[in-house]
Amino acid sequence: MNSLIAYTLHLADNALILGQRNSEWCGHGPVLEQDIAITNISLDLIGQARNFYQYAASLINHSDGTAANPASEDSLAYLRTEREFKNLLLVELPNGDWAQTVLRQFFFSQYQYLLFQQLQFSKDEQIAAIAAKSIKEVSYHLRWSSEWVIRLGDGTRESHDRMEKAMNELWAYTGEMFEPAGYEKEMAVESEKIKKEWNEKVRQVLEEATLTLQPASEKGSVFMHTGGKNGIHTEYMGHLLTELQYMQRAYPGCEW
Amino acid sequence: MMATKKISEKEIRSLLEEVKDPEIPVLSVIDLGVVREIKITGDVTEVIITPTYSGCPAMDVMSENIKKMLTAHGIGNVKVTSVLSPAWTTEWMSEEGKRKLKEFGIAPPHPIYKKKIERLFAPAEQVQCPHCNSNNTHRVSEFGSTACKALYVCDDCKEPFDYFKCH
Ligand SMILES: [Zn+2]
Repeated sequence: MNSLIAYTLHLADNALILGQRNSEWCGHGPVLEQDIAITNISLDLIGQARNFYQYAASLINHSDGTAANPASEDSLAYLRTEREFKNLLLVELPNGDWAQTVLRQFFFSQYQYLLFQQLQFSKDEQIAAIAAKSIKEVSYHLRWSSEWVIRLGDGTRESHDRMEKAMNELWAYTGEMFEPAGYEKEMAVESEKIKKEWNEKVRQVLEEATLTLQPASEKGSVFMHTGGKNGIHTEYMGHLLTELQYMQRAYPGCEW
Repeated sequence: MMATKKISEKEIRSLLEEVKDPEIPVLSVIDLGVVREIKITGDVTEVIITPTYSGCPAMDVMSENIKKMLTAHGIGNVKVTSVLSPAWTTEWMSEEGKRKLKEFGIAPPHPIYKKKIERLFAPAEQVQCPHCNSNNTHRVSEFGSTACKALYVCDDCKEPFDYFKCH
């Protein structure tokens, strides 16, 4: 598999898996408006995933025109196994409570926003087009999640504690975003620049939210989990795929 | 094989006026500004469309309905192609479309206060109530019943309403 295909799948998988996680809130949101908000974000992410998968499928089919079963957006989402998914570990983690869901969305949207700002000028026209299209939606996600991080962090004792707990759960999964996998290195993305800007922006919001970054991370010595980008996932991933892929596995080719 | 009728781009455009957005049935695909181009090459008619939001489920339906509408009018060999670049913006919505939206009870997009991502808790766009025209309204949620809408409420007539977000 060439780097461009792997990279496109990585972008698609991030969006699909976070979209799937957020969709678990459907009907369970804390209030109706926020239930609608998180599922709308889900819909945007799944839309992005479709655009990336369609592109990946065309690249795969182009490089192997003789395959008996050509790749499609559906086969890539529903028929790959855990080890073939290249998403960040962060997006596959269970939702936890509302604080954890919101904080993860904020970490991810801030990253995606900075990444797509670069990718919209990618030499690859289709990646650039998808990034330019998506960045408008990501702006909403970022604004929404930043506001929630501040509202909860600088809220009641209870909400503040929950945000602190979410920080402790999630922080060790943020480093993977800035550790380029082999296939990313050829994409001319400036990871170091994204990392620097991400840290600045995140710090601003956390300060306003009266939340503290873990002291160890200041020195950069905190342990960071990695592996997802290369298909080594947490145990949660298999369970997530079981649900996501159930219909196509049980009734191959089913449509409605 | 269906006989192919010669038909002009203008005629196709007027047929597409009849293809509506399934989620906002007063708007046609032309009003919405999703029809980018119509290409007639030999006996192939290609309609090039662009999605509003990446995940908008109405796009597939619109694309299907464009095909059905043209085929029903004797145009064979219809192709609907979706392109992403340049990205769709609400500026492509026709004035006619904005008028119809308002009549339908949805506040049309107006780009006076463009949001800036750098600022948190930026003031929401000032949106006019489609029922009583008051500007005394506030945003309830950035996300509404569909991807393209936000939820507002009027502080004068107290009616809740949808706002078609500026995008
Ligand atoms: Zn009113």
